[in-house]
Amino acid sequence: MDIQLKRGLLDVCVLAAIKNEDSYGYKIIKDLKPYIELSESTLYTILKRLETAKMLTVRSAEHEGRLRKYYRVTQAGLKRIEEFKTEWKEVISVYQFVIKEDLHE
Amino acid sequence: MNKEQFLSELRNALAGLPQEDVEERVAFYGEMIDDRMEEGLSEAEAVNGLGPVDEIVSQTLAGIPISRLVKEEMSKKGSLKAWEIVLLVIGFPLWFPLLIAAAAIVFSLYITLWSLVLALWAIELALWVSAGVLLAEALLNFVKGLPFAGLALLGASLLSAGLSIFLFFGCVAASKGMVKLAEKVLLWIKSRFIRKENGK
Repeated sequence: MDIQLKRGLLDVCVLAAIKNEDSYGYKIIKDLKPYIELSESTLYTILKRLETAKMLTVRSAEHEGRLRKYYRVTQAGLKRIEEFKTEWKEVISVYQFVIKEDLHE
Repeated sequence: MNKEQFLSELRNALAGLPQEDVEERVAFYGEMIDDRMEEGLSEAEAVNGLGPVDEIVSQTLAGIPISRLVKEEMSKKGSLKAWEIVLLVIGFPLWFPLLIAAAAIVFSLYITLWSLVLALWAIELALWVSAGVLLAEALLNFVKGLPFAGLALLGASLLSAGLSIFLFFGCVAASKGMVKLAEKVLLWIKSRFIRKENGK
């Protein structure tokens, strides 16, 4: 897959993974596993990028006597997800067109 | 490898980078190992699943802007001794021009490489333009009733167009190659900031 495209997709995947409730690194990877394989170092880079872009916030909370970082989506993050949805409606309609042209051949 | 070994290896490999970034990374991987073990994996399995330390290092470097690395390096130097300051001042007429010259050489090399790419694109453009002009000329000759001259010009036009299509792929490859090269060089420069204390 094109690297720019993949980067954009992964960003939205991670945002979606923390959309309904705050989540932590390992859980994000586990939740996304059925859809897309994500390595720890890739996830770190994505989380960092999203944090810099203010699309998520980070807090540390105690868990089993150690600290764990939890990530929460911000308004900007939610907006990004919505943008993604509209963008992809267009992509899908283009895809349908391409498929249709293939059938005609 | 157990958790402690992995984390200390990672910390060593990242030594010299901004302390904050290093600690944040180490904490992140520590948390990952703990969470994996909580799931029931053994310590060794949890560590192995994270992949080689080298890969984490290059990803870390790619994620830190070079300006931050330079700033960190400068602040680590601490205060200069009196004789170092004297030497710096006295040596200014010598080291300053040398520094400028070195920077100019690096910069000009960079510009030269890009000029080559630009030249390729210029040839590409020239071929297209000539293909267009030759085609127009060919048509003009046909209209004027000079079919042979027209045919020759048409051939030349097609040749030009063909060459330009050929060259287009070369141009794209050269541009992409340059971007890749620039990224590689940047990564190499960044990796110079890592102290090689584990090797010594």
